[in-house]
Amino acid sequence: MHEMSLMESVITIVCEMAQLNGASAVKSIRLDIGVLSDINPDSLLFCYEAVRRGTIAEHAALEINRIAGKGWCLDCGKTVPLDKRFGACPDCGRYRVQTTAGDELRIKDMEVI
Amino acid sequence: MCTVCGCEMATLEDGKRKPRAQGERHDHHRGHPHDHGHHHDRHYAQDGGLQHGQRIAGVHVPGVNPERIVQIEKDILSKNNAYAVENRARFGRNSIFVLNFVSSPGSGKTSFLVRAISDLKDRMSISVIEGDQQTSNDAARIRKTGVPAIQINTGKGCHLNAHMVGHAVEDLAPEPGSVLFIENVGNLVCPSAFDLGEAHKVVVLSVTEGEDKPLKYPDMFAAADLMILNKSDLLPHLDFDVGLCIANALRVNPRLRTLTVSARSGEGMEAFYFWLEGAVARVAKASQEV
Ligand SMILES: Nc1nc2c(ncn2[C@@H]2O[C@H](COP(=O)(O)OP(=O)(O)OP(=O)(O)O)[C@@H](O)[C@H]2O)c(=O)[nH]1
Ligand SMILES: [Zn+2]
Ligand SMILES: [Zn+2]
Ligand SMILES: [Zn+2]
Repeated sequence: MHEMSLMESVITIVCEMAQLNGASAVKSIRLDIGVLSDINPDSLLFCYEAVRRGTIAEHAALEINRIAGKGWCLDCGKTVPLDKRFGACPDCGRYRVQTTAGDELRIKDMEVI
Repeated sequence: MCTVCGCEMATLEDGKRKPRAQGERHDHHRGHPHDHGHHHDRHYAQDGGLQHGQRIAGVHVPGVNPERIVQIEKDILSKNNAYAVENRARFGRNSIFVLNFVSSPGSGKTSFLVRAISDLKDRMSISVIEGDQQTSNDAARIRKTGVPAIQINTGKGCHLNAHMVGHAVEDLAPEPGSVLFIENVGNLVCPSAFDLGEAHKVVVLSVTEGEDKPLKYPDMFAAADLMILNKSDLLPHLDFDVGLCIANALRVNPRLRTLTVSARSGEGMEAFYFWLEGAVARVAKASQEV
C-alpha cells in the first residue's frame, strides 16, 4: 500500500544523486526488493509511472531485483529458505527463525548520462 | 511530491495556533527554509550522507557512450529515517516522551486517547498529533479534553512520515518533559515501515477484529512494543480468545507487552497509566543523568 511514498523517495534520492554526479538524465534505476517485504512490485511499477514525470528520471527504466527470503533457524542452527516473514522453519516447523535476507528495500544503482 | 525535500503533499490543519492555509506547507518550493531545523540546501550534509554518492571509475568505457553507473546502495526509507533521527534528537533534548499509536481503522485509538487524556491531564502535560486522510474530526475530539492537538491530513497517503511529524511538532511546540501522543492513520500495514522518531509504537487491536490479526499483519506487531487489546467490554458477546490472540502476537514479537482494556468502560486503563508513568519517569531520569 505504501508503494507510492516509497517510489517518491526513490525518485527524490535518485534525482539528488544524479545532480551530485553532474548527470543530465537517468537512464535506468535498479532496486533490490526482498520478497518478505510487504511490497508489491507491480504496484511499484505503477506508482513509478506516476512519480517520475517532470524529473530527470522521466525516461528511466526501472529494474526490480527480487531478493529471496532466508532466515537463521535457532533450533536447526542453519540458514533456511523463508517464504513468509515470521514464518516457520521448513525443516523443523518451529518459529524460531530470524530473517537474514528478503526484507530489503534498497536502491542499488542507476545508469546516468 | 516536493522533489527538493521529498515532502509529500500533506497538509496540516492547525488548531489553536496560527491559522494556516492548506498547501502553505510547501514554502520551500520558493526557496523558503524549513523551520523544523533543516534548510533544504543543507540536506546533502544532514540527511543521510548523500556525499557518499560516487561514480565507479572504470565502468565507463571510453568511446562507447557517455553513460555511467552510479552506485547508490541506499535504503529507500533512508530519507524518512533521517527525519526520524532529527525528530528523536529533538524529543531527547526536551525530554518529550512520544508514543505512535497504530491500528486498523476503527479499533478505538481516538476513544482510547480521549479517555486516557481525560484521566491523566492533571498529572502530566500532554499534546497530540492526529493523522487522518481527510477529516479533522479526531483532533476536534481530542481538543474537547482541553489539551492541544494538531491534525495532519495525509490526503491519499496511508501513513504519517517523519517529515510531516517534524513540521507538526514545530507548530505544536510540546512542553519539555511532556508526553506527545501521535495517532497514526488507521492502517495496519504502511505505518509499520515509517519511523517517526517515537519512543515506542503502540498497536491498538480490538477484540472484534479476530485473533489472527498479529499473524496477518506481523510487521506491525513486530514493530510495536506495546499491544493494547481494546473493547474488552464486548468480550462476553464474542467468542474471541484473548489468550490465543496474545500468543499469536508473541510469536512475531516475543518482547511485546500486552494490556487488555476497554476505552468505553475504562476497564484496564489504569494498567496503561502505570506503564506510561513508569516510562516517562525513566526518560526523565535518563535526561538528568546526561
Ligand atoms: N464497545 C466499545 N466500543 C468502542 C471502544 N472503543 C471505541 N469504541 C467504538 O469504536 C468505534 C471507533 O472508535 P474510534 O475511537 O473512532 O476508532 P479509531 O481507531 O480512532 O478510528 P480511526 O481514527 O478511523 O482509525 C466508535 O464507534 C467507538 O465508540 C470500546 O472500548 N468498547
Ligand atoms: Zn499504503
Ligand atoms: Zn529449524
Ligand atoms: Zn519540506
